[in-house]
Amino acid sequence: MIRLLYPVHIFSCNLGSNPTALLAEALSTVLSPTFLSKYSIKIKHLMCLLNFLLSSLPPVMKEIMVRAIYCEMLGYQASVSYIHAIKLAQQGSVLEKRLGYLAVSLFLNESDEFLLLLVNTVLKDLQSTNLNEVCMALTAVSQMFPKDMIPAILPIVEEKLTHPKEVIRRKAVLALYKFYLIAPNQVQHIHSKFRKALCDKDPGVMTASLHIYLQLVKESPESYKDLTVSFVTILRQVVGGKLPMDFNYHSVPAPWLQIQLLRILAYLGKEDQGTSEMMYDVLEESLRRAEMNHNITYAILYECVKSIYTVYPKAELLEKAAKCIGNFVLSPKINLKYLGLKALTYVVAQDPNLALPHQMTIIECLDHSDIIIKRATLELLFRITNAQNVTVIVEKMLEFLRQSSNDYSTVDLVGKVAELAEKYPFIKQDPLNLCNGMQPDIPNNFLRLLAEGFDSVEEDRQLRLFAVDSYVLLLQGETASLPQCFLQVISWVLGEYAHLRPDQASDPGKVMRLLTRLLDQRHASAQTRRWILSALTKLCSSPVESSLFSDWPVRLTAVFRGVPQVDSSLSFLDGHVSEALAAGAAPYKPPHQRQEELAHEKALSLEPYGLSLPVSLSTCSITDRLTDRQSPTRLSISSSVSGNSTELSLKGGSTTLKLDGVKRVWGKEGYLVQQPKEVVEETPLPPTELPSPLGSFQSPVSQTQTASPGPEPDQERQQLASSLFVGVGTHHSVCLVRSTACQSLRSSGHFIIVCCVSSPQVSCVSGDLVEEVKGHSVATCQYAVVMMRASVDVELAGLVSYQRVPGQPRATPFSLRLSLKHFIRPLTVSTGEYGKMWLSFSHDVKQNLRLITAGDQSPLTATLDTLRDRLHLHVVDIIGSEGIVACRLLRGQPCLLHCRVHADSLAVWLRSPIPEFPDSLLYHCQKALAEA
Amino acid sequence: MCVRQRNRLHLEVAMIKFLLMVNKQGQTRLSKYYEKVDIGKRPALEADVVKGCLSRKKEQCSFVEYKDFKLVYRQYAALFIVVGISDTENELSIYELVHNFVEVLDKYFGHVSELDIMFNLDKVHIILDEMIQNGHIVETNRNRILAPLLALDKMAEAH
Repeated sequence: MIRLLYPVHIFSCNLGSNPTALLAEALSTVLSPTFLSKYSIKIKHLMCLLNFLLSSLPPVMKEIMVRAIYCEMLGYQASVSYIHAIKLAQQGSVLEKRLGYLAVSLFLNESDEFLLLLVNTVLKDLQSTNLNEVCMALTAVSQMFPKDMIPAILPIVEEKLTHPKEVIRRKAVLALYKFYLIAPNQVQHIHSKFRKALCDKDPGVMTASLHIYLQLVKESPESYKDLTVSFVTILRQVVGGKLPMDFNYHSVPAPWLQIQLLRILAYLGKEDQGTSEMMYDVLEESLRRAEMNHNITYAILYECVKSIYTVYPKAELLEKAAKCIGNFVLSPKINLKYLGLKALTYVVAQDPNLALPHQMTIIECLDHSDIIIKRATLELLFRITNAQNVTVIVEKMLEFLRQSSNDYSTVDLVGKVAELAEKYPFIKQDPLNLCNGMQPDIPNNFLRLLAEGFDSVEEDRQLRLFAVDSYVLLLQGETASLPQCFLQVISWVLGEYAHLRPDQASDPGKVMRLLTRLLDQRHASAQTRRWILSALTKLCSSPVESSLFSDWPVRLTAVFRGVPQVDSSLSFLDGHVSEALAAGAAPYKPPHQRQEELAHEKALSLEPYGLSLPVSLSTCSITDRLTDRQSPTRLSISSSVSGNSTELSLKGGSTTLKLDGVKRVWGKEGYLVQQPKEVVEETPLPPTELPSPLGSFQSPVSQTQTASPGPEPDQERQQLASSLFVGVGTHHSVCLVRSTACQSLRSSGHFIIVCCVSSPQVSCVSGDLVEEVKGHSVATCQYAVVMMRASVDVELAGLVSYQRVPGQPRATPFSLRLSLKHFIRPLTVSTGEYGKMWLSFSHDVKQNLRLITAGDQSPLTATLDTLRDRLHLHVVDIIGSEGIVACRLLRGQPCLLHCRVHADSLAVWLRSPIPEFPDSLLYHCQKALAEA
Repeated sequence: MCVRQRNRLHLEVAMIKFLLMVNKQGQTRLSKYYEKVDIGKRPALEADVVKGCLSRKKEQCSFVEYKDFKLVYRQYAALFIVVGISDTENELSIYELVHNFVEVLDKYFGHVSELDIMFNLDKVHIILDEMIQNGHIVETNRNRILAPLLALDKMAEAH
C-alpha cells in the first residue's frame, strides 16, 4: 500500500541506517501542503499512512498532526487522527498540548463523543500551576465542551474569575459565555459574577462580559434596564479615549467594543422612552466623535445610526443621524454606498420622507452594475412602497428577479413582491410572474387571489385570461426548467380558467394537448402529475376531439403505476359518502342500473351522455380524489363529481348543481333553451308567485331570446351542456363558492336552468353563458331578488312559463334553497369604525360557541379563521383573548361580532341594525364550527 | 410569514459563520468554521465562495450575497480572506476585522506571506482563536492577541 506512493517507495529502499527518522521525513514530505495539493492521493492510502505515523512516531507527532489538520482542510476526513489529537492534548508537552487542543477544536463537533475523553485533561490543566496550560484549557473550553460535563468543571472556571491575571479572568468569562450558550440554566446562579466581570478594572475582561450581556439583554431587555447607566458610562469612556492606547485601531478607540455597546443599547432602548432618554447624549457623542475618514469610523457610525433608529425616537437625533447617512450614500467608495443604502432602510422605516434627499442616488444605485447594490436598493424601495409607486417598484423587483441567480435572494424577493401584491391588490399582472416562487405559501396566496378576485368582475376575467394566456405561451416553450410548484399552479389555472380563452371554442383541444404533453414529460413529479390530471378532468367537461383520448387507457395506467397503493375500493371516501347520504343524497347506483332507469325515460334520449360522460367522469374522478387525498398543499382540490350527481344528471330529472366559478352575482336568471322551434316571439314571463314570504321580485332586468332553425343533433346538445357546466364539476376550497343554488329542469326537449348567483352586479352572468351556447336557441331572463329580512334559510320557488308554440303556454315549477351564508359578505372596517358602529346598533344576541383547536394556532385565531373561511366574515382585529369580526348582507346592512375566549368556549356577542340577523348568523356560526 | 421571518432575523445576534484564506488559484490555505458544516461539504462550499469572490472586479463592493448570508472579502496580494457572516452583522466592521487580523499576522511573522500561512497553519489558527470564538469577535487588541502565542514560543526556545 505504501509502495503506491512514489516518494515513499524511494525511501523504503534505504531504511537501513535510521528507519524511523527517514520514514518520518519521507512521509512528512508526502503530507506536506505542496505535495498534497500537487498529487491527488487516494484518501484511503493517506489515512493508513497517517494512522501509521501517528501511532508509531511520537517524536514527530506534532509535525504529523499539523499535516492531519491540513488534510481535513482539503476535505479528506482524517478521522484516524482524532484520537491522537486527544492523546496529544493529554500527554504532550505544553507546546504539543496546545496543538492537541487546537486539533481537537478543528476536528470535533460539539456533539462528538470523543470530547468526553477530553474532560479529564481539561480538568487537570485548569488546576495546573502553569498559566499557559490554564490558558489553553480555558480557550478549548470556550470553543467546545460537552454540555453534560459542565458541572464537573464549572466551580473551577468560576474560581478563575478572581484570578490575578487578566488573561485568565477574560478567558474564564468567555468560557462561562460558552456555557451560557449551550446550557443557559447551568449558569443561572452566577449572574452576579457576570456583573462583577462587567465592572472589572481590566477593559478586556469587561469586553468579554459584554458578549454575555448582549445575549441576556436580547432575550429579556426588561431585566437589565438597570444596567443601562453602566453601559452608557462605559461607552462614554471608550468614545472619550479613556482606554489604554493599545486598544486603538487606526487611532479609533476600541471600535468593535463600541459597536458591541451600541448594539446592547439598541436592545435596551427599543420601545422604552425612559431608558432611551438616558442614552441620547452618548449616542449623539458617538455620532459626533466619529468624524475621522476611515472605514472603521463608518462602521461605528452605521451601528450608531441603527441604534438611534431602533431606540425610542428623538426628532433632533434622528435628523442628525439621517444627515450622517447622507455622507455614506454620496461617498464614491462603493462599500460605504452599500452600507449607506442599508442604513437608509432603517431610516425610511421611521419616515419615508427622509429618503427624498437621496432620490437621485437611489435611482443611480438601482441601475448599478454591482448586483448587491441593486439588491440593497430594492430592499430600500420595498420599505417606501406606497399605492402610487408600487407598480414601478414591483417592476424593478421583477427585472432583478429575471437576472438573479441566487435562489435565496429570489425567494426573499418573490416573497416581497407577493406581499406587495397582496397589500396593493390592484397590481394585476405581477403575481403571475412570481413563477419561480419557491415558498409554498406564495402559489397558494396567488391562487387565492386569482380565485377570489378583486372587486370588479371584468378585471377578474382579464386577470384570469392573462394568466391563462401567459401560461399557455410558457407551456408551448421548454418546460423542463420550470419548478414543480409552478407547473402545479399552471395546471390549476389552466384547468380552471382555460375556458376564458377566446379561441377555446374553436380549438378546445389546444390546452389539453399542452397539458398532456406535460404529463408525458419525465421531469413532472408524481404530485405535479396529479395536478395536471385534475386540470384535464376539468377540461374534459368541454368537448374535445376524441382522438386526444384514444391512448388514455394506456396513459392512465402508466400514470397510476407511478402512484403507490391506489385504493381501488375508494374506502377513504366512506366518510364523505355517509355524510352525503345523511344529508339526503341519493345512494350510488352502478351504471347498468342507471342505464335501465334511463330506458324508462322515453321523452329524452341521452345516449351521448351515456357514451362519453360517464367514461371521462369515472376515470377522472378517481384521479381527482387522489389529488385530494395526497396533495399536501393547503389548497386542496376536491371534486364534487360524485356518483350521485352523475346519476342525477343522467336521469334527466331535476338536478341540483353547483355553479361555481361563475360571477358573484346575486340575482335570478331564467335560462331557456327552445329547440325545435321556428318562430321567435317575445314571450313575457309573468312574475311568478313565490311561496316564500322573504323574497320579493323586482322587475325583470333583461329579457332576450334567440333562436336557431332546425332540430339539432344530440351532439350539439351535449356540447351545450358541457359548455354550460364548464367548471361545474369541480369546486375548490378557495372560496370560489360565492354562489349558490342552481336547478336544471328539463321538460320535453328543453333545458331550463335556474341559477341563483349572488353579487352586486347582475348583468354579467348572461354574457358568458349565452356566449357559450350561441347558435342554439336561447332565451335568457334575469330577475333580481332582494332579501329583505335576514333568515337562516330561504326557499325560493317559482314557475317558469314559456311558449313553444304560440298559444300553447307551458309552465315548469322550480324551487331553490338558499342559505343566509350566500348573502353574507365581509365588511372591511377599521377598529375605530367598528367601535362607533357597535354603539349605534340595537339588536343584540349573546351566546357561547365552541372553540376550535387547530395546529399551533391559538384557539381564538383558529376559530375566527374558520368562521372567516366558511362564512366570509371579516376579522377586524384580534387583541389578546378577544377578537372582533364584521360582516354585512349584500346590500349593506352590517352585523358585528365581538368574541372573547371564556374558559374553553367562545363568548360571542352579535349586534346588528336588523333584528333577525344576529340570530340567523349565530345559527350559521354554530353550524360552521360544528362542521369544522 | 415573510414579515415574521424578517423580525426574527433582526433579533438574531450577528455572527461570523466562517473564515477562509484562499489564494488566487482557489486553493484553501486556512479554513475555520464557526457553524457546523460537514467536512464532505466544505470543499464545494469553499469552491463556490471563492468563485463568487474571485469573479468580482476591483471597483465592485467587497460584500457579496451568498445563499442566505453575506460574504465579506479582502484581497492581499494573491491571497483572499473571505468571511461568511449573518445578515445582521455589520459588514464594514468585519471588513476591518480582516485587516486587523492581517496586521496581527504581519506583526508576528513580519511581512506575512502565503507561505508563512501554509507552513505555520497551527500558529495562524492559534492567533485566530484568540480573535474570534463562537462566531463573535472576542479580542482585537494586537498585543493581547499575540501574548499567549508568544509565551508558547518562549517556552519552545527555552527547550
